[in-house]
Amino acid sequence: MYRYDEFDQTFVTQRVEQFREQVARRISGELSEDEFKPLRLMNGLYLQLHAYMLRVAIPYGTLSSRQLRQLGYIARKYDRGYGHFTTRQNIQFNWPTLGDTPDILADLAAVEMHAIQTSGNCIRNTTADATAGVAADEIADSRVYCEIIRQWSTLHPEFSFLPRKFKVAVTGAPGDRAVTAAHDIGLRMVRDDAGEIGFEVLVGGGQGRTPILAVTIREFLPAEHLLSYLEAVLRVYNQLGRRDNIYKARIKILVRETGTEEFARLVEEEWAHIRDSELKLPADEIARIHAYFAPPAYEALDAACPELDVQRAGNRAFDAWVRSNVEAHKQPGYAIATVSLKPHGGIPGDASAEQMELVADLADRFGFGEIRVSYKQNLLLPDLRQRDLFAVWQELTAAGLATANSHKLSDIIACPGLDYCNLANARSIPIAQMISTRFADLEREQEIGNVTVNISGCINACAHHHVANIGILGVDKKGKEFYQVTLGGAADHSAAIGDIVGPAFDEDQIVGAVETVVDVYLAKRTGSDEPFIDTYRRIGIKPFKEKLYATH
Amino acid sequence: MPLIKNGAAVQDPWFAATTESDLDRSGPLLVPLELWQQHRDRLVGRVGPLGVRLASAQSPALIAADLDRLDLVALEFPKFTDGRAYSYARLLRERHGFTGEVRAVGHVLRDQIAFMLRCGFDSLEVDERAAGGWQSATTAFSAWYQPATDAQAPIPARRRYAVPARTSQSVIRSEPVRTADAAELAVCAATWAY
Repeated sequence: MYRYDEFDQTFVTQRVEQFREQVARRISGELSEDEFKPLRLMNGLYLQLHAYMLRVAIPYGTLSSRQLRQLGYIARKYDRGYGHFTTRQNIQFNWPTLGDTPDILADLAAVEMHAIQTSGNCIRNTTADATAGVAADEIADSRVYCEIIRQWSTLHPEFSFLPRKFKVAVTGAPGDRAVTAAHDIGLRMVRDDAGEIGFEVLVGGGQGRTPILAVTIREFLPAEHLLSYLEAVLRVYNQLGRRDNIYKARIKILVRETGTEEFARLVEEEWAHIRDSELKLPADEIARIHAYFAPPAYEALDAACPELDVQRAGNRAFDAWVRSNVEAHKQPGYAIATVSLKPHGGIPGDASAEQMELVADLADRFGFGEIRVSYKQNLLLPDLRQRDLFAVWQELTAAGLATANSHKLSDIIACPGLDYCNLANARSIPIAQMISTRFADLEREQEIGNVTVNISGCINACAHHHVANIGILGVDKKGKEFYQVTLGGAADHSAAIGDIVGPAFDEDQIVGAVETVVDVYLAKRTGSDEPFIDTYRRIGIKPFKEKLYATH
Repeated sequence: MPLIKNGAAVQDPWFAATTESDLDRSGPLLVPLELWQQHRDRLVGRVGPLGVRLASAQSPALIAADLDRLDLVALEFPKFTDGRAYSYARLLRERHGFTGEVRAVGHVLRDQIAFMLRCGFDSLEVDERAAGGWQSATTAFSAWYQPATDAQAPIPARRRYAVPARTSQSVIRSEPVRTADAAELAVCAATWAY
């Protein structure tokens, strides 16, 4: 994985000192809260309902065991012993004091981490497929380009005060696990006819109150032009994006109002001026970054692992875990395991300091000291020998981290909601807990199969409910929390925005409504090999609607 | 409001015209775009330095043809959060080759100064408290990741060469050119060896 050199280390250290000085000015009263706000936001520090919240970037979701241990240390020392992993491959600490935050940033800098641009109207932490570099279906390792984007976008002098926040996601595999269509810029790695690596460039995806899927403005961008093309898109957006209305300020609105073709033309026109500038990536620079992501020293193993087969045959719980939480690795004899942060009835994405330390230890003992953070708010152990899976599973089980629900109904994405967030209209976490408790029977979850359930506590849609198979949106109706259901959204390569099913449900009805949706699916599917989304696409919303509102 | 240029507070020699009657004044005259467009022919012929002030919705493309006659372009930040002028400043320098003064006016805060200098601004109209920000803006970071309008070699170039890279020919850099200090060179050298 990437390692900081002197330049990177000096940069984050200087950033910490700059912030320490800004915090001192705030505490002394020299800076008002209004003046301090943009400065703290540029370092990921939010003021929430009850306390400050610090959002730390985990660039493209890749962590070393040392970094994860440090996150555990920070959780214990400055917070209440836990952290919350987000869909955008960040971790949030919910209870730091303002005075402690410079020390937290210094502790992060000590392990080559930072909180730069995890908030504010700037280019946010670039996200990637959590299985980049190990996925069996991969075209190329997207982390290389994410790191190049990370460096270029860090404290970019021209693009730190954009009309609105700006999110970039990169996928290196056709099975899009980075939700590129829901980002301001989505980059899909492709090869041209000559076998050269490049990007299909999508722009204008977004969630919030106006969910829009990104559109392609360039079918193939040679990799060497990545930064100049991004700079061209950002320059057009920075000048023309709307600044009169916060709800119309994202690039998706500009692209829609300008028209895709015209927007693409503006970008190409700008790009023509800068494509051969200093931003052009020399082949040796790409190779230099690529070298950091060289595969670890895998053993030459057989693809088949008889030992694993015996263990699976002898233990149903383990077998269920392998079926749902273990994925194919590109290296024979290895596997990728999902460490579930979704215990039934638990808070999605939360991990305690002890759990972080355990996962770090497992990565060291059984892997190559690397951990990933996924869009689904889980952790991944990316390099496990198949024969070690049983031992890893046993230790994860003891720590409450082996719920066999990856991609299943209780693998719920949820935002912090009204329990923490001052933007929220309704609580998300308790709803997620009630739903996952209702579906806690693992056999039943396996029977239902893969389905995505996302719960956002407000229209900002941090939990991406628009692109969930079953999306739940918390709304406030005269001081009471209600939950609106959408069906048929998808976040993968077949990305789609869900359809609103009808009037919202109250807190007491919402779990039953989800159950009704599942019952309709089970009754209508052609067989257990037809997942929820396929059934929905085949039969449409009507049967669900009829059943949901039959008794109301 | 103090005017800061090259790190020092200076007397502002420019008169900011707001009405048509102001246009008869002698001496350096800064004119809002609207007045410029109405009285362009008359202003071009006057004796003395000329400047145009652009609001944040006014692209420098609107005055591209007149830049040879102008000594100053003032770009307005109505709020510090409106970042359009960062792009405008870069375009003035890098696209239009403007070598006169590019001034930031409006809501200019000290913590934005570093970004402004990197984008080609060389003078800032700031409040008293922000006036001290120039120093920290130019020293808080010893190097930046991305190429911009300033003369500093960005980190990728420093990695490739033991000494800061000079500018590419197509890029017009604003004055003053800041050369790397001893500490930066030491960092470059160390990395080169490493």
